[in-house]
Amino acid sequence: MAHVISDETIEYVGILAKLELSEEEKAQAKKDMGNMLDYMDMLNDLDTEGVEPLFHVYPLSNVFREDVVENGDERDRMLANAPEEKEGAFKVPKTVE
Amino acid sequence: MNRQYETVIGLEVHVELATETKIFCGCSTRFGGAPNTHTCPVCTGMPGALPVLNRQVVEYAAAVGLATGCTINQCCRFDRKNYFYPDNPQNYQISQLYEPICRDGHIDIDTPSGIKRIGIHEIHMEEDAGKLIHDEWEDCSLVDFNRSGVPLIEIVSEPDMSSAEEVIAYLEKLRLIIRYLGASDCRLQEGSMRADVNLSVRKAGSRELGTRTEMKNLNSFKAIARAIEGERDRQIELLEMGRQVVQETRRWDDNKEASHAMRSKEDARDYRYFPEPDLVPVLISDEWLERIRAGQPELRTQKLIRYKKEFDIPDYDAQIITSEKKLADLFEAASAICKKPKKVSNWLMGETMRLLKEREMEADELSFSPEHLAELIRLTGEGVINGSVAKEVFLKIFLEDVDPVKYVEDHGLKTVNDEGALQETVEKVLADNPQSVADYRSGKEKALGFLVGQTMKAMKGKADPQAVNRMLKERI
Repeated sequence: MAHVISDETIEYVGILAKLELSEEEKAQAKKDMGNMLDYMDMLNDLDTEGVEPLFHVYPLSNVFREDVVENGDERDRMLANAPEEKEGAFKVPKTVE
Repeated sequence: MNRQYETVIGLEVHVELATETKIFCGCSTRFGGAPNTHTCPVCTGMPGALPVLNRQVVEYAAAVGLATGCTINQCCRFDRKNYFYPDNPQNYQISQLYEPICRDGHIDIDTPSGIKRIGIHEIHMEEDAGKLIHDEWEDCSLVDFNRSGVPLIEIVSEPDMSSAEEVIAYLEKLRLIIRYLGASDCRLQEGSMRADVNLSVRKAGSRELGTRTEMKNLNSFKAIARAIEGERDRQIELLEMGRQVVQETRRWDDNKEASHAMRSKEDARDYRYFPEPDLVPVLISDEWLERIRAGQPELRTQKLIRYKKEFDIPDYDAQIITSEKKLADLFEAASAICKKPKKVSNWLMGETMRLLKEREMEADELSFSPEHLAELIRLTGEGVINGSVAKEVFLKIFLEDVDPVKYVEDHGLKTVNDEGALQETVEKVLADNPQSVADYRSGKEKALGFLVGQTMKAMKGKADPQAVNRMLKERI
């Protein structure tokens, strides 16, 4: 039962991911997503009765930091990665809600 | 027309926790630093940077949950909420959707028709976003990530409120509890407490919920009340005109006293949550939970009951004193030292409140020590200083936390108990004011007050007014 991804779905997922896809990329993405969903269906066929859900691949829990300030002023280093900066801040296109 | 409708309100309250550091990195949470001076690869979303959870955040969140009757989820996890916005450098916010730390709590509020229980659906932990500053000169925005990663808890109520009054009562109670716990200072103006209001209206008696809107940008109790009333009226008007309420997020403009729809989030509302792979589950053992429970301070409701039993002060005083933990702490500590709770209460209810108001200060900014207030009460009780001097000294305690014993000594403010000197002064005042003496003798009680005043003045305010009174009466 192969999944067929509609053009609307690809369009929508593209918008959510802020991706501009070419027609060829869209066709490829449709195929890939269909395959992934088919794979999920296969998982759905398995009997998982009594199996605890796995949320993390490592058998770890409770990894904490104590509430102590460790970092100093690293502004220059952080801003070194900014495409543009102004007055100690990251400069971005005007964004108003 | 309004009476045919009822309003259904639920709140989402964000509270910034009072930790020293951010939720997932060792950057300071201090407010007001120069832009981006409290940032690191984690809170600016650099690729490959990994978050590590601040233990204190779990403790504060669980403490608030316990204080609001929640069930603590002893195995909770974090999830990613995906969206693009420049204040969110990772393009996702780490939050909790599937297994939040607290569920099913409640807060009881007082309403004119009695106590009403407001349900708490859940409390979850998450990170705050950065701050966008809109540049007036260039057509651009500037991002400051100092706030990015500051720990928040979001307290989601059930839609159990039906008026602005109930909403305010709920918020005040919630704020009081959290401040008592020391988990946050909950200042709406400064944004350490933010409330989003979900509101819908329906025909009275109907069981179905109407379409709701969410209102943001409410930064005072007054703004919240006005926004609720404005939005209720707007929705009723739409329905009366036969139109539909659109489910949307609206931004309240308190200056215009009106709200407007924010950029439609139809395409952005799909947050595609999934379990956060960079953080491991949080398991809260029974022992850990017990430790948090044992560390809980006494909350206001319990305090009020205890005050009634332990202290001989009016209910009204107890209500005011327990409305701020700082006041309650001062009251209890000073009373324990001087053993005169009524006097302590009088100082707090009277001069302290007056000075706070006069100086536009909040009770948690009080900086004087209970020892000095207790000393002042002792000095007054023993007649070392009189009432008006005590007020003068209290001002100094309030402002600079001076040691009253030393201050009274250094400034020569002790009441003069020298009977000889007082007698001499009384004689002189009587001799100088024969008319007042005559008036008093002919039954004008007021004249005595004048003579007391003259004597006090001559004694530079340092006489014991009762002694003056007694002596004058004897002499006339």
